[in-house]
Amino acid sequence: MGKQATRDAYGLALVELGGRHDDVVVMDADLSKSTKTADFAKAFPGRFFNAGIAEQNLMGMAAGLAASGKVVYASTFAVFATGRAFEQVRNSLAYGKLNVKVCATHAGVTVGEDGGSHQSVEDIATMRSIPNMTVVVPADGMSTRQAVMALYATEGPAYLRLGRPSIPLLYDENTDFQIGRGIELKQGSDATLIACGLMVAKCLEAARILEQEGIKVSVVDMHTIKPLDEELVIRKARETGAIVTAEEHSIIGGLGGAVCETVCAHCPVPVYRLGIEDKFGQSGSPDELLDYYGLNVEQIMIKVRKIIKNKG
Amino acid sequence: MREINQAIIDEVAGKAKLIRQDIIKMLAQAGSGHTGGSLSAADIVASLYFWAMNVDPAHPAWEDRDRFVLSKGHAAPVLYAALAEKGFFPREWLDSLRKLGSPLQGHPDRLKVPGVEASTGSLGQGISWAVGMALAAKMDQKNYRVYALLGDGELEEGMVWEASMAAAQYQLDNLLAFVDYNGLQIDGRLKDVMSPEPVADKFRAFGWEVIEIDGHRIKEILEAINRAQEIKGRPTAIVAHTIKGKGCSFMEDRAEWHGVAPKPEEAERAILELSQ
Repeated sequence: MGKQATRDAYGLALVELGGRHDDVVVMDADLSKSTKTADFAKAFPGRFFNAGIAEQNLMGMAAGLAASGKVVYASTFAVFATGRAFEQVRNSLAYGKLNVKVCATHAGVTVGEDGGSHQSVEDIATMRSIPNMTVVVPADGMSTRQAVMALYATEGPAYLRLGRPSIPLLYDENTDFQIGRGIELKQGSDATLIACGLMVAKCLEAARILEQEGIKVSVVDMHTIKPLDEELVIRKARETGAIVTAEEHSIIGGLGGAVCETVCAHCPVPVYRLGIEDKFGQSGSPDELLDYYGLNVEQIMIKVRKIIKNKG
Repeated sequence: MREINQAIIDEVAGKAKLIRQDIIKMLAQAGSGHTGGSLSAADIVASLYFWAMNVDPAHPAWEDRDRFVLSKGHAAPVLYAALAEKGFFPREWLDSLRKLGSPLQGHPDRLKVPGVEASTGSLGQGISWAVGMALAAKMDQKNYRVYALLGDGELEEGMVWEASMAAAQYQLDNLLAFVDYNGLQIDGRLKDVMSPEPVADKFRAFGWEVIEIDGHRIKEILEAINRAQEIKGRPTAIVAHTIKGKGCSFMEDRAEWHGVAPKPEEAERAILELSQ
């Protein structure tokens, strides 16, 4: 199985997009080699602007460029894009309803050795709570490319969450990626795994192993956290009666929170949230950290077996 | 270089007077809002909308228009008054300031009002938008100019300096920022709360051209704008020494008039003074 980091796919997609559309402008905050906006900077130097280590101004300038008709892709690490510049994203981009896509890389604990100060565990929660924001967390490199294109075609502010590590490719060019439509990758009536980002591949692996135990679970790639594909969530709740969400994010307020909100209102069934348990990250290798925080196939299976057992 | 003569100065001064009257009236109607900082900016805003700027009220989205960003967004009344006088929207809108459903929100909303370029209110952000707009103009090789108006208290926001660094880095000589230097913020005098002094030196240190003026002398404002037009390779900051509440004797230079609207009797007194 091929692998690609979603940030790498992002860098390439920007170059492709920039070649097609003159109005695309890319911005960064001194992290272009890490976020891969450097690819675009090399290809289209006249349309790339570095704000330097000044994330608030990054977003403000992006606002001014978007107000002048540009389609802006603004990047830095997730913790800074959504933390340092939260109010600018909120008050300039979202409140101003501007066509700026905040594409943040190095989300979650897989930042690795840099440690907890650099590992955002709360960005999905904060971004989805802002009105007018679209929030997309692609599961692999192929869907990342599709997301970049789809966001160009969808006017308005958006948050695209990308990661540092190389992860399995799940899709090909023919995959029908639509913002707001979850993708059912596997069918099974015992429970449903709803995941985003790198946890989708792990859920598929977990589902495959569980099948050998006679447990059949559905797997959904819920790449768009906002607007959530509520119809799909409700249908899976009805069909399977048990949902386990999985994300490289806090169990508070992210994909798990969003799914709970919908399920509670429309089809109350148990929802177990797999994620970072309200803790900061720390230094370690990406894989060690995923294991440390329980973001692995083993923990997914444990949660699935438990929820089915308690289904009653 | 635009022409300056006494007739032009008098015309702009006349507009500034009308703007001040409208500020008082709309705030009295609204019952809340920012009086002092709107009045202190009236001469600058009048100079921009009625002399310096190329805008077309019939075409608020005209590509080649000059842009004005009210970074000190709480002074929305001064912007609304200028836009109404210019014909961007019906005068009657002014009576609805801050009311539920009104396009004239407490702080300017670009989605609701033709002529408003930036949704501001959170200090420090507008100037950053202005830098982005000036950058877009350079990219597209357009000749329009971008004007911004900041408050002096606003200079306490670090983001202003991020934007200032960027403006110099990108050599945005099509950007002109005014500082409405009235010396007062909400909790008192700037020098007692958090002094941003030395203001002119700071902008110079950040690579800007700086011109200091009396922000209530129309001639000085116009001349400074002309001078800024000649500066190449760097942005210009016009530090305008002003009086908060200028035009109404009982409001002048008083911090209390920052975020308070005149009561009906006070408005009457103010209009009387402004009609002299």
